Amino acid sequence: MASHPATTTTSATATGGAPPATSAGTATRATRLLGALTLVGVAWLLLFGLVLSPADVNQGESVRILYVHVPSAWLAYLAFVVTAVASAMYLFSKRHSLGWDRLAGASAEAGVLFMAITIGVGALWGRLTWGVFWEWDARLTTTAFLLVTYVGYLAVRRLGGTQHQRAKRSSILALLAVLEIPLVHWSVKLWRSLHQEATVLRPDGDVKMDGLMLFTLFVGIVAFTLMYVWLVIHRQRTLAAEDLLEDVGLDLAIDARRAERVAEVG
Amino acid sequence: MLALMEDAGFVIGSYVATFGAVAAYAVYVLRRARRVTRRLPDEAKPWT
Repeated sequence: MASHPATTTTSATATGGAPPATSAGTATRATRLLGALTLVGVAWLLLFGLVLSPADVNQGESVRILYVHVPSAWLAYLAFVVTAVASAMYLFSKRHSLGWDRLAGASAEAGVLFMAITIGVGALWGRLTWGVFWEWDARLTTTAFLLVTYVGYLAVRRLGGTQHQRAKRSSILALLAVLEIPLVHWSVKLWRSLHQEATVLRPDGDVKMDGLMLFTLFVGIVAFTLMYVWLVIHRQRTLAAEDLLEDVGLDLAIDARRAERVAEVG
Repeated sequence: MLALMEDAGFVIGSYVATFGAVAAYAVYVLRRARRVTRRLPDEAKPWT
């Protein structure tokens, strides 16, 4: 079995050698810059979403909730599509790189977070607009089902087995789960729904929004995309470190067993 | 006035819930990253 640098470190420490320098965390100069840009994006969203954009003629002030509701929904979709693409790359590439699987897992976690935000914030908007927090409406129900599916995906990732077993079964599940997204998106067309139809991504290309409102929504999309990328980079690196530590633990256990065997034979 | 205050509570509540949830997850990710990577030497981290 190949020896990892971390195994070498453990051995060096165990034999009294000086441990090599190590810095905690997954940050680099690039991620710090990305984090700073994310904070700027969030500040812009707060400024435009809560102060500069106008109230809606019909919805009044409650339209401001949509500047976090819609971007979080879109980013959840994006996160789940990234999970599916990374899973396909793991399954169908020759190398079966676990890096793709870790990207899939990190993206799914962020997607679940954004989907939960979408539903929670949507409930607040629904209370103001429809008079109820929740309705078993087609869009709401399919969205809740999508969330539960990806919570299940994350649970499957935690089942036992080797890293490649984890990657294989979760990749297959991710490729099935992503098929729900078109169902959620088109649910407002397929069934009678309280939820409004698309305002921006319309098939006829006619955007039904005021200019400043549309710009605020765009700021929201940018801010949420930056948040997503920052979160996924850090989570993916943490998953890589966890996998490496798991390998090290396995290496050490095998070494210990071999030593026991040699002692028994000797 | 009461309706406006109710709207404001819901609007601000939605922003607090959104960014509070993202911040809580970010803190969880960073704390877990620190705990895990502390046990690895720098040369074992592909991003360094």
